[in-house]
This record gives sequence, structure tokens and C-alpha cells, in this order.
Amino acid sequence: MDAKRTLFDKIWDTHRVAGTANGAALVAIDRVFLHERTGAAALKSMAAAGRAVHDPARVFAVMDHIVDTRPGRGDGTLMEGGSAFITETRAAARAAGITLFDVNDPDQGITHVISPELGIVLPGLTLVAPDSHTCTQGALGALAWGIGSSEAEHAMATGVLRLERPQTMRVTFTGTLAPGVTAKDMALALLAAHGAGGGAGHVVEFAGEAVRALDIEARMTLCNMATEFSAMTGIIAPDDKTFAYLAGRRYAPARFDDPHWQTLRSDEGAVFDREIEIDAAALAPMVSWGTSPGHSMPIDGSIPEGPARAHEYIGLDAGTRLLGTPIDVAFIGSCTNARLSDLRRAAALLAGRRVSPAIRKALVVPGSSAVKRAAEAEGLDRVFTEAGFEWRASGCSLCFFAGGERFPEGSRTISSTNRNFEGRQGPGIRTHIASPETVVASAIAGMIADPRELARETAA
Amino acid sequence: MTPFTTLASRAVPLLRDNVDTDAIIPSREMKTTGRTGLADGLFAPWRYLDVAARTPDPEFPLNKPEAAGGQILLGGANFGCGSSREHAVWALAEYGIRCVIAPSFAPIFRANCIRNGLLPVTLPAEAVAALAWREVTVDLAAQTVTRGDIVHSFEIEPEPREMLLGGLDVIDLTLKSAPAIADWTANDRAARPWVYLETPA
Repeated sequence: MDAKRTLFDKIWDTHRVAGTANGAALVAIDRVFLHERTGAAALKSMAAAGRAVHDPARVFAVMDHIVDTRPGRGDGTLMEGGSAFITETRAAARAAGITLFDVNDPDQGITHVISPELGIVLPGLTLVAPDSHTCTQGALGALAWGIGSSEAEHAMATGVLRLERPQTMRVTFTGTLAPGVTAKDMALALLAAHGAGGGAGHVVEFAGEAVRALDIEARMTLCNMATEFSAMTGIIAPDDKTFAYLAGRRYAPARFDDPHWQTLRSDEGAVFDREIEIDAAALAPMVSWGTSPGHSMPIDGSIPEGPARAHEYIGLDAGTRLLGTPIDVAFIGSCTNARLSDLRRAAALLAGRRVSPAIRKALVVPGSSAVKRAAEAEGLDRVFTEAGFEWRASGCSLCFFAGGERFPEGSRTISSTNRNFEGRQGPGIRTHIASPETVVASAIAGMIADPRELARETAA
Repeated sequence: MTPFTTLASRAVPLLRDNVDTDAIIPSREMKTTGRTGLADGLFAPWRYLDVAARTPDPEFPLNKPEAAGGQILLGGANFGCGSSREHAVWALAEYGIRCVIAPSFAPIFRANCIRNGLLPVTLPAEAVAALAWREVTVDLAAQTVTRGDIVHSFEIEPEPREMLLGGLDVIDLTLKSAPAIADWTANDRAARPWVYLETPA
């Protein structure tokens, strides 16, 4: 047996409780996170079956998905009938004795933003949530992945999941990113090159010089889109940045001085089932052109030939340019790109400029209530509002359409989110996903625009 | 959970790649906190010409007369990608789909299928396409999909196979290992104390 192990192998070995009769494994789950969209269903179903939560101290819930983001919010939602998801999750969380971050709790925010903020996710832990973007939290060196409601019940009731061992993949980003190119562009470049199904069956470790150079929040952006790659999850080995970020946070150790923490990296010479290498230095800002995150392209390129259905839905032909395409809505938000560093970079480009009058709505929704307070303390909110963006309370907001804010069919959005599926942001809405920088540049121009040009003007 | 043994049905083709769970059941069709009442919203943006009025699109495969009673859905690559919402599987099951055959599945959707007695079968794209509108027999114990004289074998891990064949309640099954889990946890608590948190007040 090869003694060289990947980071995934080490976490798997640590958490493997037992084998099952059929070759699967019982894998211990250290943390479960719920939100109001799927949490009530899981907790109610457990209660109906007479099952208790195995260890309520390690289960958390938050209101993020359909919670209103307008000022003075309560349990009411723009989505018809949405309040029931909030009130039932609240009641079920209380009955189960788990920790709930409620609508107006100072710690409320998007699951994958607040879990690292509060130190709930830690390197080397297993964490699951009935939310596909749980992979975001792999940026802290945890094995964190999205599951369904039934699996969430299983994890809460038993403390384990029954799993087949996934395969491993390493995606190495070599070199240094050019100015104006971000972790979001790295994720979209991977998807463009290897397809939305390219990571199926694998845990993907992101590695290489360009990954090490990312700050912790940017690493979350990169790992966030591992699910868009159909990977089980993404993970980045913890380093000094990770430990410095987490030390002393509410649920995290004060110090990371146990020798265990230093073992959480892939051994030199560990073998992955698949390896992909990408030259980060060659990347440009990326934008999606179609209806899958795999339909992404360099912002200054020509639209490639894709499925006819995708071209028809998005209203753009192959061979044409994406730059200059008129935009109706600009959105900065979501578990992908709504952390303080995202808002700082966006505000730096936006300062002293105005959103184009051609834009119907421009919206910033901070990833958490803590991000909102920190941004306001720095005056970022005023930069956004003076430029013509609305400044909201935290939540998932326009990342998906549950019946809330609505735009006419055929409206085109530039969005710092993760999914550009047909109808994701509302019936007939055409979504282009990109970095916050590209959203800002496009909002100012009223059309899809290259943030590097804006950065050059800012510097000049 | 209803055991899955064999299924004979017409196979209804929806041979698009990257069919996401937002398309299978849009967020706005998830109107209650329960697991039911979802079939009406299944594929709503594609199935209805007017979603609000529920006017069927006669061109959508599930709306064609020959799809009536079909319990097998054929899909393209990376079927079920996107959101983890189990509502996608609940909606398919409530509509009457018991088996999805596709070249590949997104992992969360596939796991959700298995937990709900819906069999995900992986076959090469050409084989899937050739099943369109045919009478097909799926035999899980034999791991075969049969169309006339043509028999395709498919792979499935032993654990989900047993779960589906037996219609097992997986939580009950795992709870039989509670003593082993408790022993493991006691040891782990000593090795990784930071994992274990105080019960909230």
C-alpha cells in the first residue's frame, strides 16, 4: 500500500468509522448546516419519524435563501408563501435544540459565508449541508459537500453518512494571475476547458502557485464552483493564511498549535486519479455566454459554438462578440462573490463613477450581516449607493428566482453568482456570470465590459 | 421506500445535456416545506407554454400521448446538475418516474434518487438515445436494460443496489451500527477535541 496520501485520503481515513457489508463506508460527519429552504423539511421529517438529532451542538441553521433583503425585514418574503419556510425552520430548529442564526440575528448571512466567519468549519473536518454550494467551505481545508434532505436527516440522526469512496483529482493553477483576473475567472476557465460534468465522481484539490497566492475569501470563490464542475467537492490544503483567518473565531480553536493541523496536506508524491494543469498567468476575465457554467469564455473573445438551444435562449450567436452586449440588471451577491474583499474590489473600481442609466436595477447584497456592517464601517455602502446600486441586507437574493424580484422575460443580467441556467434568475432571464469587477465595469458601461480597461483608467 | 426490482415501461426521451434541478423543479414551484405537491411543477418552464395557466406544450416529450404512463425517463450527460434540492427527485417520483437512464449524473441528484427508490442507470449516450420511445425492461438484480433482443448491462455499486432492491430504510440500517459509532466518537473526542462543541444554552 502506498503510504503517500492526498489530503482527501487523510480526512477520509480519519473519519471512516466502519465499512458496510456492501463495500461502502460509514463516514463520521463533524458539522451539519441547514437553511430555511430545505431545513424545515429535514427536521420535520425526522421528528415525524421519532428520531432525535444525534449531537445538536454540531448542527447549525440559518435563514438565507428566501429571506427578504429589503430594509426592516421580518418573516415576510417576496416569495408567496415563503414565510412558512422561515417560521417552520425556526420552530423545528428550536424543537431540535440546534443553533439557529435567525432573520435579524447579527450573525445571519449566507450559510457558506457565515460558517467560515464563525469558525464553524475547520480544516480537516467533514461538514455537510443540503445545499450544493457547501463545497465553498473546502477553501478552509475541510471536506465539505452538498447533500439532499434525506442525507441531511441521516447525518443528523446517526452522526455518519454511508458513502462510496470518491476518486481524487488535482487541479493545479501554475503562475501568477494578471491584474483584474480573479478566483472567479479561474473557476470559469476550468469549467470552460473541461465542461460542467468534468469533475464528476471526484474530490478536487485545488493547488499550485496561483491558488496559494489567493486570500482565504478568494479561495472560497474558487471552491464554490466545484459543484458547477459536478465534483463531489473542492478542497484547498490549509496553510498559515487559513490558520490565521480562523484562529479565535467563535467556534474555532484560539490557536492551531496541535501537530494535527500540519498534517492536513497532500504528501509529496501522493497519487491523484486525475490531474489537470492550468496556466493562471494566461487567463483573462471570464464571462458565461450560455446556459451552463461550462458555457464560459474569455471576455474579449468570440462566442464559441454551443448547443443550439443555449444560443437561442441567451439570444447570442456563435462567432459574435460578448463585449458590448447591453445589460438590464447588475447583481453583486451570493456565496460565490459577496464577501468583504469582493465588495472592496468592486467599490474600488466603482468609486466616483455611476451606473449607466440603461441599467434597470443594480443591486449589492452582502454575503452576511457581518460583511454588511464591516462594509458600512469602511463607507463601501456609500460608494455603491452614490453610484446607483441598491444596498441590501444579507441573503441569497437574486442568485435564484423563488418568486421574489422579477424582471421582464428576455432581460439580461450580469451577475457575480454561480449559475446561468435557463430561468435560474426568473422566467426568460438571460444570466451572464462573472467576477464582481466585471459586474461593476458592465454596470457602468450598460453593456458587458472588460474590467481591466476600467482598472487602467482608475490607475491613470 | 418501495423496493425496485424490475420495471417494464416505455422510455420517454429528454436527451439534453446538463438538465439541471432548477429545470426539473424551479425554486418558485417549491411552495411548501414538505415533500409532496411537486409533480405539477415538474419541468414547469419546459412543460407548459404558459406556466401560470398550466397550458401544456404539446411538443414537450412528457406531454406527448405516447409518453402516457411512461415510468422511465432518458436524459443527457450530467443529468441533475446544479442545486441539491431533493425536490427534483420527489417531483419526478410523484409524477410517476421510477428510473432515469442517462450517460452520466450529477452526484447529489444521483444520491437523492437512490434514497427515494428511483433507479439511476448509466449507459453510453448512443445506447440511451436508441431507447427513445421504446418499450424497455430494467432489471436491477441482473443489472440489465433490455429493448427487444438487445441487452445492455449497467454498473451500480453494491450498496445502492441492495438499498433499492430491498427498499431499505437507510437510517434504520445505519442505526444498527450505533454502538460502533459511539465507540468511534469516544476515541475521536480524545484525538480531536476541537470537533466537539458545547450544547447551546
